[in-house]
Amino acid sequence: MASHTKAEAEERTSPPRLRTRPLAASAVLIGGLVAVALGLAISISVGAADIKLGTVWEAVFRFNPELTQHQVIQELRLPRALAGAMVGACFAVAGAIMQGMTRNPLADSGLLGLNAGAGFVLAICFAFFPGVSYLNLILYAFIGAALGAGIVYGIGSLSPNGLTPIRLMLAGSAVSALLVALSEGIALYFRIGQDLAFWYAGGVAGTKWIQLKLMFPWVAAALICAMLLSRSITLLSMGEEVAASLGQRTGLVKLAAIVIVIVLAGAAVSAVGAVGFVGLVVPHVARFLVGVDYRWIIPCSAVLGSLLMIVADIAARMINPPFETPVGALIALIGVPFLLYLARKERREL
Amino acid sequence: MEARTSREAKRKSARSAAVLAAMGLFIVAMFVISMNTGYTRLAPLDVLKTILGMGTAKQELILLQFRLPRIVISILVGAGLAVSGCVLQGLTRNALADPGILGINSGAGLMVILFVSFFPTNADAPVYLLPVLAFAGAGLAAALIYVLAFKRHEGLSPTRLILTGVAVAAGINAAMIVLTLALDPQRYQFVAQWLAGSIWGSNWSFVSALFPWLLVLLPFVIWKAGVLNVLNLSEHTAAGLGAPIERERLMLLGASVGLAGSCVAVSGGIGFVGLIAPHLARQLVGPRHQILLPASALAGALLMITADTLARLIMQPSEIPTGIVVAVIGAPYFLYLLAKARS
Repeated sequence: MASHTKAEAEERTSPPRLRTRPLAASAVLIGGLVAVALGLAISISVGAADIKLGTVWEAVFRFNPELTQHQVIQELRLPRALAGAMVGACFAVAGAIMQGMTRNPLADSGLLGLNAGAGFVLAICFAFFPGVSYLNLILYAFIGAALGAGIVYGIGSLSPNGLTPIRLMLAGSAVSALLVALSEGIALYFRIGQDLAFWYAGGVAGTKWIQLKLMFPWVAAALICAMLLSRSITLLSMGEEVAASLGQRTGLVKLAAIVIVIVLAGAAVSAVGAVGFVGLVVPHVARFLVGVDYRWIIPCSAVLGSLLMIVADIAARMINPPFETPVGALIALIGVPFLLYLARKERREL
Repeated sequence: MEARTSREAKRKSARSAAVLAAMGLFIVAMFVISMNTGYTRLAPLDVLKTILGMGTAKQELILLQFRLPRIVISILVGAGLAVSGCVLQGLTRNALADPGILGINSGAGLMVILFVSFFPTNADAPVYLLPVLAFAGAGLAAALIYVLAFKRHEGLSPTRLILTGVAVAAGINAAMIVLTLALDPQRYQFVAQWLAGSIWGSNWSFVSALFPWLLVLLPFVIWKAGVLNVLNLSEHTAAGLGAPIERERLMLLGASVGLAGSCVAVSGGIGFVGLIAPHLARQLVGPRHQILLPASALAGALLMITADTLARLIMQPSEIPTGIVVAVIGAPYFLYLLAKARS
């Protein structure tokens, strides 16, 4: 009897046992990748001019520059679809890392000051250097995102007690509030608010090959690093004390994680604007499907994020043609019911 | 031992009283400065004369019809939003909670945008209709969040409340973005001003619309301070101490919504005060809600009156929305405290 209660007490105080479902995770990964491929094909074939899937195949693998349809596919649809896939993976993995690291179910790139930083720099660009080229704009947005996150991280870690998750989030919301206020002030004064609103609404419509080529190596490297770091993030997600007592150098891991988040979310935000919900919702879905091990959560988040972004982009073009509905708004509409469902379930390991 | 703790408690309460008094003095000082400054400068003596009814007609118009109601509103709004945020942070045990979590700002903003989108610009009805609509929107959003977060047998849990709030606010924000993109530039500018928190309801009728809310709800919340202290401990402790959690939480939540909704309806989308004023107050007077709530009210009022004075002063004759100034002066100070704070 006594030993029984002792075991019970131990179970209550010990860190939560890892519940993982490798089988489900493999299924999600494989099924997800198939769905992503299918989504890419559909994304390329639908639009203002419907193009047959056979033609899509030819345009991708036997490109003939004489044909307009091939050109539409090569120059407009393909980069757009690929950008959607890439950006979705970036947002989702960045969100997963942040949620694991801060142990906050609401963490996403918006809270770390990335969106606000990018928006602030863009407001300055629109107001003072209206002639900036699209490519440079992306670069500036990236710098802004990194700057925002850098300030948040710097201030969060200034305190004598180091960087606690709650302090990071508080610093994030304060820095965001400051940067958003400055952007709003600039936007109101120069009357450029609506241009900025377009950017905030998000969209992959104008993506060019050159932009993809610039982003790809960084994103690929960051995703690989995220995978390498996934075990440490699982430990961090069980609590800093647990991670430290298991011999982890938590400070180093957190720094590396932040850098990865900045690269991933910064690249994504600069390419498509502040699409907030992917990073918030997708990791929850992944955790729901595969358990709490970040070695599975991170790759599954990447695949599911890609899928969500591709589907949303297709929907954005089909809802009200020839106009495009902002992707960010659409994703929020998909995400809200889901987040509400999660809130009702209120799973403890979040 | 006991003597020492009681002495310490006495010293603490003396310190708290001093802090409250100092903030009160600062508010009075800002009030005087604010009365003097603006597009037309008035000497302190003139201000005094005018208030006593001996000024010129023009001075009376400027002071009593334009400046005074606006100052009073900024004080009331600052206090209301700060207390609302303080209650929410206590209820949810979440340091990031603020009225925005309850969908107040989003709900009000959506109503304003809907109204501006579908109302002909050449009519002048909005000035009196907008606060009503904003209040209705805030209330609807809060009610929606409450209904969605409520479970029959478990009632309302803080985590669920916050998650639901974030979800609903995100949904409303998405709808707002779609709507704003379709607005023509002039209407967009108006909506942007509103969302950035420019106090535009600056005449006595708005004061009289806002004041009763605060008059009833602020004392009510302070009266319930003990409950907040208990709730702040933890769910189980609170239940163990015999507090009827669900009903108390519902009433406090309702009070918080009433405070924030009525304030935002008059002041536009000012969100930041509700987040930081309680934190500033906690740094100064500690976590006991009996003192924390009044301290939050004073901190919020001081922040708002300072921001509003600066907003009128910096770029004359045009104005920066007060909400922007609040963030610009509030955020750095908040970050400083955050970097310095131990615990």
